[in-house]
Amino acid sequence: MLQDFFHNQWALGAAQAAASALLVLAVMLLARRRKIHLEREMIVALVRGLVQIVAVGSVFIVLLRRPAWTGMALLAAMIVAAARISAGRAKGIPGTFPVSLCAMAAGSGCVIVLMMLAGVIDTTITSLVPLGSMLIYNAMNANSLTLNRFRAEVESHFGLVETALALGADSKDAVAPYSAVSFRTSLIPAVDSLKSLGIVWIPGLMGGMLLAGTDPIYAAVYQFVTISMILSSSGLTSLVSSVLIRARAFSPADQLLLRPGASAPGGALSAPPK
Amino acid sequence: MIAQQQLHFLLTDTVPSRRNGSVPPKDETIREDRTIVLKTEHLTRVVFGKRLVDDITIAIEKGEVVAVVGPSGSGKSSFLRLLNRLDEPTTGTVYLEGADYRQLAPRVLRRRVGMVTQIPYLFPGTVADNLRYGPRQRGENLSEQIIEALLDQVGLADRAESDVANLSGGEAQRVSLARAIANGPTVLLMDEPTSALDEESKLEVEALILKVVRQNALTCVIVSHDPAQAARIAGRAVMIKAGRLEKVGPAAEIGHVARFLS
Repeated sequence: MLQDFFHNQWALGAAQAAASALLVLAVMLLARRRKIHLEREMIVALVRGLVQIVAVGSVFIVLLRRPAWTGMALLAAMIVAAARISAGRAKGIPGTFPVSLCAMAAGSGCVIVLMMLAGVIDTTITSLVPLGSMLIYNAMNANSLTLNRFRAEVESHFGLVETALALGADSKDAVAPYSAVSFRTSLIPAVDSLKSLGIVWIPGLMGGMLLAGTDPIYAAVYQFVTISMILSSSGLTSLVSSVLIRARAFSPADQLLLRPGASAPGGALSAPPK
Repeated sequence: MIAQQQLHFLLTDTVPSRRNGSVPPKDETIREDRTIVLKTEHLTRVVFGKRLVDDITIAIEKGEVVAVVGPSGSGKSSFLRLLNRLDEPTTGTVYLEGADYRQLAPRVLRRRVGMVTQIPYLFPGTVADNLRYGPRQRGENLSEQIIEALLDQVGLADRAESDVANLSGGEAQRVSLARAIANGPTVLLMDEPTSALDEESKLEVEALILKVVRQNALTCVIVSHDPAQAARIAGRAVMIKAGRLEKVGPAAEIGHVARFLS
């Protein structure tokens, strides 16, 4: 319908963006009726998402004529930005930004480089940046889920964790069950993506490849390749993240710093590190 | 194999004469060895400018049962948590059998200074799984005989394979006590071990604590909000108020003062 009114592609894009944003606003209003206030977060996310993606589109116009290393630099910047966003999901644990940065650099960074070397990811900017960003985005989600779930699990089982410490367990063993839960939880989206591939959803990348004239079977197999890379980069990110965050949750003397109300006066986070 | 060796008496007749029978008297004179086992020196913990524990110096002798009493929020539990280094002192330190505890690996220290908490946090699984937890951290596996002997001590014989989810509050606290003993500690810290129990279980567990502490020749520090309980269990008591050591003396006397203050 919108195509009938807008013949210029930019105007059509703006109208389509407005239509989709209206749906989000409708959901927001429904939530508001149930006294769930998401207005501020949703509006900020909408505006931020639109501005960011248009900016990236503009950057692409410039990047198309640039050498391949600029694509790597852009992906590195994306990892830093993703680490900042993800770190905010585990407020209360000190040093989540460096943890997130290391985890995502190790997870998505390693997979991107390895797959480039293996020839799975094309080194041209138009291929490297969109595919790399998909891996980084999913690694970010895995990292956020790992941090968030780890904190929640440890806080809700702090009595058991301290009991384990009091019985002579080290910090690694004391939180092992909760690290495992946070790792498993963080991989649910990636595993489900792989399970539902082709049945529940067909990634947009496949549509793009088909439009570009790629053989449909190769396009289909490449979707599997992409989702497998997402799973491996998410898994590696989550593994590194859970190891690093565990170290942050304890003092060098194996004292649990992550307790409910730990940042309040009397809480454990005020314990001076030794 | 430290714990196995220390627990071996459970299976032999070489148990101290105080092992069998009812609750032994808490007579201080029966302790022959008056070696200092635990000593705090200017122990202080400051959090956000608040002195939770303020310059406490006290020495505890081998086999002594010391109660820590005081009003709610006075710093009793904070003091106890410093003794096995679950929290870090801001200044001061603790000496365990003459050694500064900061020189010991935390897991070694906590094996030697066991703890029973107010809420008996039991790991999911069986009673035996819980008893095996501490020794397993050092690669030791408690034999079924030792597990049975430990459970016999706390009045839970034949419950080794029971799921901890099916235990009553009193039973869970007994398992928690047996689990702490299974590590073969020198010192046992107890943080209000009966306050979460009903009156009947409370008296049972109280008697059991006293029996187990004596049977295992443990040095014990017990936090209690109940001055009468402190007087029943301990030979000596320390009263803490606003983090500071207010008074040290015979438990009955300190209990009387604490009751008056509360």
